[in-house]
Amino acid sequence: MRFAVITFPGTSGETDTVDAIQHELGEEAELVSHKNTQLEDYDAIVLAGGASYGDAVRPGAIAKMQPVMEAVKKAAENGKIILGVGNGFQILVEAGILPGALLQNESLKFVCKHVDLKVSNNDTIFTTYFEKEEKISIPIAHGKGNYDCDDTTLQQLKKNNQIVLTYMSENPNGSKENIAGIINEQGNVLGLMPHPERAVDKIFGSKDGLRLFQSIVRNWRNQNATN
Amino acid sequence: MYKVKVYVVLKESVVDPQGSAAAKALQTGAFPEVKDVRIGKMIELNIQKSDKNIEEVVHQICTDLLVNTVIEDYSFEIEEVEAK
Repeated sequence: MRFAVITFPGTSGETDTVDAIQHELGEEAELVSHKNTQLEDYDAIVLAGGASYGDAVRPGAIAKMQPVMEAVKKAAENGKIILGVGNGFQILVEAGILPGALLQNESLKFVCKHVDLKVSNNDTIFTTYFEKEEKISIPIAHGKGNYDCDDTTLQQLKKNNQIVLTYMSENPNGSKENIAGIINEQGNVLGLMPHPERAVDKIFGSKDGLRLFQSIVRNWRNQNATN
Repeated sequence: MYKVKVYVVLKESVVDPQGSAAAKALQTGAFPEVKDVRIGKMIELNIQKSDKNIEEVVHQICTDLLVNTVIEDYSFEIEEVEAK
């Protein structure tokens, strides 16, 4: 399986992501520049974390205007698997590919630590390797990860089971309904503030993030075997 | 030439932790009369005259980049100035 890892000036999570995919997952990963307009050769797209454009205007606001985002939007509509991590999640909401917005953390602090998450929906292509309601541990590192949306959007998210990951024990950023990650209605785009690529081996303190990538691979293989 | 000032504020329904922190600091300090604080931003743009409608151009700039209308409201002032 071939992953595209999209980078913008200021992206910093791309090396971790490529390393996790190549060495821990054992699949192909390639860095793809924000100037690229062709993503058809890839089976999945990862928008890596960091601070694209130094978070100028708002995190993700300038990234969403770059050439590659037209291709990402098209891929999202066509059902391609897309994962947005941290700043990647912020870019997906800025681009309107996922609903809602990510506000400044309630504490006004940058929070960097392992957090407990609940897998609220394990019936997605990203979470089949988890048990329903399973408690997992994945690190976060962000100052603006406070998920917010209006009540109509929240009702829709709940109705369609789009809330995939929620914070357990404590909410590190003040997000609505403890939301840590959401999926689009179609089920092919996941955005999350925690960094699964930083929890892929024992030396990271957790391997729970690896199972997210393994779920993607298994489901992609199943889909392509039946086609 | 147009001198444009865009004002961006968080929607009333959106919590503003920065504003709350500022309000608390003022209230516990010398200004107990402060009820609340909302922090936004003001953006200045100089835009050259063209055949495009300036108001439409500014609205477009706001919705394309300067403002996230999911969480923010905006308003603007346009002043016609001599080009330097």
